[in-house]
Amino acid sequence: MKEPVQKEYPRQLEGEKVPMVRFRDVTKRYGDLVVLDSLDLDVDEGEMVTIIGPSGSGKTTVLRMLMALEKINSGIIYVDGQPMTHMPKNGALTWADEKYLRRQRTNIGMCFQHFNLFPHMTALENCIEAPIQVLVLNKKAAVERAEGLLDMVGMLEKAGEHPSRLSGGQQQRVAIARALAMRPKVLLFDEVTSALDPEVIGEVTQVIRKLVNKHNLTMLMVTHQMGFAREISDRVCFFYDGKIEEQGPPEEIFGAPQSERTQQFLGAVLEAT
Amino acid sequence: MTYFEFLNTYGPQLLDGAVTTALQTLLAAALAIGIAVVMGLMRLSHNRFVYGAATVYIEVFRGTSLLVQIYWIFFVLPLFGLTLEKFTAGYIAVGMNLGAYGAELVRGGILSVPRGQWEAATALSMSPAIRMRRIIFPQALLKMLPPWGNLLIELLKGTALVALISVTDLMFVARKINGTTYLSAQAFGSALIIYYVMSRSVITPFMRWLERVMTRKLGRA
Ligand SMILES: Nc1ncnc2c1ncn2[C@@H]1O[C@H](COP(=O)(O)OP(=O)(O)O)[C@@H](O)[C@H]1O
Ligand SMILES: [Mg+2]
Repeated sequence: MKEPVQKEYPRQLEGEKVPMVRFRDVTKRYGDLVVLDSLDLDVDEGEMVTIIGPSGSGKTTVLRMLMALEKINSGIIYVDGQPMTHMPKNGALTWADEKYLRRQRTNIGMCFQHFNLFPHMTALENCIEAPIQVLVLNKKAAVERAEGLLDMVGMLEKAGEHPSRLSGGQQQRVAIARALAMRPKVLLFDEVTSALDPEVIGEVTQVIRKLVNKHNLTMLMVTHQMGFAREISDRVCFFYDGKIEEQGPPEEIFGAPQSERTQQFLGAVLEAT
Repeated sequence: MTYFEFLNTYGPQLLDGAVTTALQTLLAAALAIGIAVVMGLMRLSHNRFVYGAATVYIEVFRGTSLLVQIYWIFFVLPLFGLTLEKFTAGYIAVGMNLGAYGAELVRGGILSVPRGQWEAATALSMSPAIRMRRIIFPQALLKMLPPWGNLLIELLKGTALVALISVTDLMFVARKINGTTYLSAQAFGSALIIYYVMSRSVITPFMRWLERVMTRKLGRA
């Protein structure tokens, strides 16, 4: 159930430095289970923020709410200064309708743990479908854009293959190209290497590394690869029970975690690997 | 009279009947597919009137006998000012009936497409219509084809009932021959064989072929 907008939130974010993503008091419940508990989180433009934490702590939910795959119960999310979960109407903010959400979603791209490529389309077709259908790009421009991106992820040679003929690592690289083809401002990764065989994890992390170095893209990444998170993140957020228990630069979180829960989690994870 | 002589005499009539049965089947199938897609999609609607209308339709047509439906459309609708020719009444009744079963196949096929596919399409900002047409339905179609093969065979068999409103289909011809000659074994035996051939050497291979083509087109070969 959605609740009425309880607080007055600004209709848009203005000022010197507007964050690319802002969560304010965001609460998400499934029945009685509170999955996100009044979450506040800002991500700056071009920042790479990694979310770590135990299973069930709400990491995936953060990304799904930002992608507007489901609705939040209360609070508000802004993307690039504009409300995402709400829309202006008669001078006030109301809950966003489907049409508004669809427009806002174009700002955000998402890569999933299980890739979710469209099995009935080739790698190239996967990458041109939404640009053509949603952004109304002509086919030539869409193909050009898609080929450039497939080349960037090292998949141009396999552009004509269907997903069933590709390995997990290759599929995930196509999925990244597909998300980028929409030219999003924010890119979300939900455990994109968790379903992969160990020997192909590197090819996907290599692509993400490239994105961090090359683009002014804002990224939010959920991962269990602590080494990679440490290497690549500008900031690491440790989630516990739907809240950010601790956050900071990777050296601090991994080097000298303050919270006991963070210490325990990292201890357990490092022991397992 | 040998069976050969029987065929010589009555073969042409039986063939005419078989052609009518084939036409009834084709027209009813086209109608059933159209109804199934529309009703199947309506059953997935969040609008409870749309959902409710489809549910009522499916319940009524699945919950009552096809023969009664044929009689209704042919004998009762004229009382409300809608008179249909018997040929038309026949395939419309069969199509509407089997369409109700098909609707559940469509609904089931669509729901069997994994949630990740819906979410990936949504994350790419696709509208529900584009998502259904370009992403979900093509995948659902592939999963639906085998049960549709069975349904079309049911439909072919169902058309035999239109003989009861005097559509001159295969069953009608067989009954007529039986009525005038009392050669029951030959008349109904021939009908049996023709129905069997139509389902097993026309519909089944056609559906297999369609499955192969679709599988190849959808890249899962
Ligand atoms: N659709 C849903 N219905 C009910 N509970 C859900 C649903 N999705 C997630 N949850 C619950 O929300 C909690 C957080 O899930 P999630 O964000 O996926 O955790 P994480 O990604 O950190 O492992 C879990 O307890 C999970 O069971
Ligand atoms: Mg998760």
